[in-house]
Parts: sequence; C-alpha cells; structure tokens
Amino acid sequence: MEVLMSLIVGVLTACGVYLTLRGRTFTMVLGLTFLSYAVNLFLFATGRLVVGQPPVIAAQMAGYTDPLPQALVLTAIVISFAMTAFIVMLALKAYAELGNDQVDGRAGQGGEP
Amino acid sequence: MNHLVIAPLLLPLLTGTLLLLLRRVLPLNVRRWLSLAAVTAQVVLAALLLLAVSNGDILVYALGNWPAPYGIVLVADRLSAWMLLITALLAWFALLHAIWGTDPGNRHFHPLFQLQLFGLSGAFLTGDLFNLFVFFEILLLASYGLLLHGGGAVRTRAGLHFVALNLAGSTLFLFAAGTFYGTLGTLNMADLAVRIAATPPDNLSLVRAAGLLLFGVFALKAALVPLHLWLPAAYSATSAPVAALFAIMTKVGVYALLRVGTLIFGGEAGPVAHLYAPWLLPLALATLMLGVLGALSVTDLRRQIAYLVVVSVGLLLTAFSLGTQAGIAAGLYYLAHTTFAAAAFFLLADSIARGRGERLDRLHPGPPLAQAGLVGGLFFITAVLIAGLPPLSGFLGKFLVLRAALAEPVWPWVMGLVLTSSLLVVVALARSGSLLFFRAQGVAAAPPVTAGALLPVAGLLALCLALTLQAGPLVRFTQATADQLLHPQGYIQAVLQPIADRETQHQ
Repeated sequence: MEVLMSLIVGVLTACGVYLTLRGRTFTMVLGLTFLSYAVNLFLFATGRLVVGQPPVIAAQMAGYTDPLPQALVLTAIVISFAMTAFIVMLALKAYAELGNDQVDGRAGQGGEP
Repeated sequence: MNHLVIAPLLLPLLTGTLLLLLRRVLPLNVRRWLSLAAVTAQVVLAALLLLAVSNGDILVYALGNWPAPYGIVLVADRLSAWMLLITALLAWFALLHAIWGTDPGNRHFHPLFQLQLFGLSGAFLTGDLFNLFVFFEILLLASYGLLLHGGGAVRTRAGLHFVALNLAGSTLFLFAAGTFYGTLGTLNMADLAVRIAATPPDNLSLVRAAGLLLFGVFALKAALVPLHLWLPAAYSATSAPVAALFAIMTKVGVYALLRVGTLIFGGEAGPVAHLYAPWLLPLALATLMLGVLGALSVTDLRRQIAYLVVVSVGLLLTAFSLGTQAGIAAGLYYLAHTTFAAAAFFLLADSIARGRGERLDRLHPGPPLAQAGLVGGLFFITAVLIAGLPPLSGFLGKFLVLRAALAEPVWPWVMGLVLTSSLLVVVALARSGSLLFFRAQGVAAAPPVTAGALLPVAGLLALCLALTLQAGPLVRFTQATADQLLHPQGYIQAVLQPIADRETQHQ
C-alpha cells in the first residue's frame, strides 16, 4: 500500500507541475488542482497508513489511526477548493478582458497552435 | 489568560463580518466611519499589547483552553506586538486614503480590508505552523480581492499571476508542514523547536528538506530573488491604498523567515541549527542589487516604487541574516521605517498620476502639476527617506545595519553592495524627480490634488519623523526584541509550561 500511495502522490505531483507550467490558463488551473490533490494525499499519509482502525482510542480495539492529519486534510481541502473556485473565476475574467486564454495575456506566443 | 492577545484578531473579523452583512443597509459614509473606527481601535489594541509585552513577558492564549501542543496557541512576544502595531498604523493611513476616493469602486472593499487585517494579525500572533498556513490563506484571499479592486485588464493579468504563484506556494507550505508532522509528530512551533534538536539521524534529511521547502515558501512571500518577479507587476497594477497596505505583505514573509529561523532553526536546533543562514545572505544581497537595477530600468513611477520594495526586502534580510543581536535589532528598526516610507510613496505616486492627466505616472516630461511645490516637496522628503540619506530614519536604519555588519567576516560584501545600491537608488529617484517636476512643460492638465489625498502621505512621513526623533528608545526596544528572539527558551517555556504543570498535577 505504501508503494501505491507514494506512486499516486508522485504521479499527481509530476502531472501537476507539468500542467501548471503550460501556457494556457485552463491547463494551469488543472495543474494546480492536481498539485492540491497530491498534497492532500500526502498530508493524509503523514499520520502513517493504517487499515481498519478507528481515529479514537477505544478499549476494544488494538490500535488507532492518527486523527490529526485527517483534520488537517479537511482544512486543506476546504481552502484549496475555495482557491480553485476563485482562480477559475479569475481565469474566466481574464479570458473576457484580455480576449485570449494565455497566462501571460498575449495570444499566439508560447502556446500550442 | 489574558484576553488582550486575541482581541486584535476578533476586532477586524467581527467588523469585517458586520460590514459585509450591512453593506446594503448602511450608507457608504457610515460604513467608512465604522471601518476607520475599527482600525483606530486596532491601533489602540496593538499599542496596549506592545505595552503589555514590552517588559519581556510572553503572553500565551490557548484557544478553547486546550494547552499546547494539543491545542492551537496564540503567542504575543515583543516581535509580534511590534509587527501588529506597524500593521495597524499602516492600515489606518491606507484606509484614510481609500475613504477619500477609491472605495466606492468596490462594494466589498471595506470587508476585504478588515479581513486582510485579520489575516495579517493572525499570521503575526499564531504559534502553530498549520495555523500560520491558514492565516496566510486568509490574508491572501483578502489580498486577491483587494488587488483586483477597481478592475481593468492589467490588474486582472497581474492578479492571475499573483494567485497562481501563491497557490503553488501554499501547496509547498502544506508539503513542508506535512513532512514536519510526519517526522517530528507536532506542528506547534515551540514544540517543534524542542523536538528538532533530538531528530533521529534517519529523519535528518527529511527535516532539512521540509525546512528548506518552508524557506522557499517564505521567500516567495517576501519576494526574495529569484522569486521576486511577481511583485513589481502586482504592486504597480493595483490601486494606491491597496498598494500601500501591501507594503506590509512582503514583511509577513520576512517575519516568518525570522520567526522560524530563530525559533525552530535557531542556535539550539542541534544538527539543523542555522539552516537558513548560508542561503539567506547571498540571496538577500542579490535581491538588493537586482531590485536596484529594476528600479533604474523601469519607465513608470509605481513600478519603480515596487522595485524599491524589493530593495528594502533585500536590505532587511541582509540585516536578519547576520544572525546577531545588533543585526536583527537594526533590521526591525528598518522594517518599521521602510513599511511607512514605501506606503507613503505609493500614495504620493497616485496623487502625481492623477495630477498629470494622460501621462499618468510614466517617467516622461509632461504637463506640470497644479501644486508642484507641495507635491514635489513631499516627493523629495520621501525620496530622502527611501534612499537612506541623512538625517531621516532611512539613514539611521541603514547605518545600524552597516554597523552590525562590521562585526562579521562578510562585512566587505555587505558594505560594498549596500552602499552601491544606496547610490543607485539616489540616481534612480533623482532621475524620476527631475523628469516629473523639473522638465514639465505646458500648462497644468488636471485640477489640484485635494488635501484629503496628501494628508495620509504627510501622516506616514510624520511617523517616519517620529521614528527618527525617538530612534534611541526604539532601538533599545528592538535590541530587547532581538535578544528575546535569540534566546527562544523563554518562548518555549511560556508555551509548553502549562501542559508540564498539568502533567505534574496528575502524577
């Protein structure tokens, strides 16, 4: 499971970085979303990967899973969701005002045809 | 527990919420006065907090009465209170300028302004790394709204870059915080400082990687080279009062670097002690020089001021990177000066741009200003302050930094680059001043600037004058602050003592 988890985080981060560095706003937003997914999974894994345990200390259970990363992930998800919504609106506004969807606002430069 | 610690957070939050809810009910004038009254109260609260901690006490406020490290704590020490007071004073004058003219353009200006203050105060007060991330996001979200205040294609493009960069920065912050939690098992900064010294060798490289990730994030906020490219576009595109308030935004990054650099990676962090030191000084000096070259090369005044903000960040971090009491004390004094002076310059540039008709603030000979004498005089004083010429506070700040650097082996570099940059700043500002005021031709194109626009500028310059006149007591205070930062045991004990007491009671 550790291998699978680290592969997922790694692939998501790599895709996120690549897409963020593209020239168009849509791919950039997509890249930032991938990055935030990657970091959410990463945060979740910082409390160690545990299967089938409750996030509280219970007498009848042998162990427990750390509840704090789950709380941190919840906060991070809410914030990144709000930020993504904001940047989507901003990208739309930029498209309307600048007339193209290039991040640097100049059509026909740096982007694919 | 002293509830004064949380008051600077609650006041802007409640005022901001109230202004948002009542924006359709109350007329604009009432909302303006409500906002200004709240910021006035914020100044009073910050001053009271500064008095309460000025004798060296560290006030800890455990939210929900959960003791650290299990709960989140707010910690007020000399540094936090000093930053809070600077922020509140700056916000007061920026708001005064906004009330005079630009706030009707955005219905949400006042709530966003208050939320920005909330985020800034929280970032300065919190004693928890993840909470610092949350307050960063709050102040950034408010700043996104404020940056776009007034609209326009240039602002939208600058805003898009600013938001995208900061989202990437937030992701890195989370990676760093996650790595800290995974390796050290805590996010409370005082607890991190205790545990980092006992890091097992296996985790050492992970902790170092997390620390340097954090350095990258704070460097992005502080606009340290090579992460400074967003700043000139964002600051020069936004409206004047927002640009003035943003003078404190880079200082949040500088504050975070100083706090984490002295508390977590301070002298007692064992194998990771002074983690930032080898990176900070070269980058700070590079920031200084690249900022000056930018200021020389630009063609409009506001962009030039934005580059001067980059220069000031370079000088500040040069002072902090010396790592000595004298260096940090000099930096903290210079921080107050440069914040007020840069804000005054942004507000003044707006008045100049309005007075020159179509030429705006482009550095081209244009029509003369209607009150060239008054505005030119203010420009001259501000330029003297920013360039660090005697006898005003800019000179005192730079002198203190250079004197602190003399005690270090790197002094030739610091001395040479700081003095060269000062000379080039003088050249850049002299060129702007002569283009704007002396080479004017034709007749005045715009009506005279009203007193309301120049009053905040004069007020901020008066604050710099007060910094000059009261330099003795203030430098003694910043020296005590630096002392407190270099001996973090007091901070750690103040945060972690309650839980230790509780555990001894149970035994």
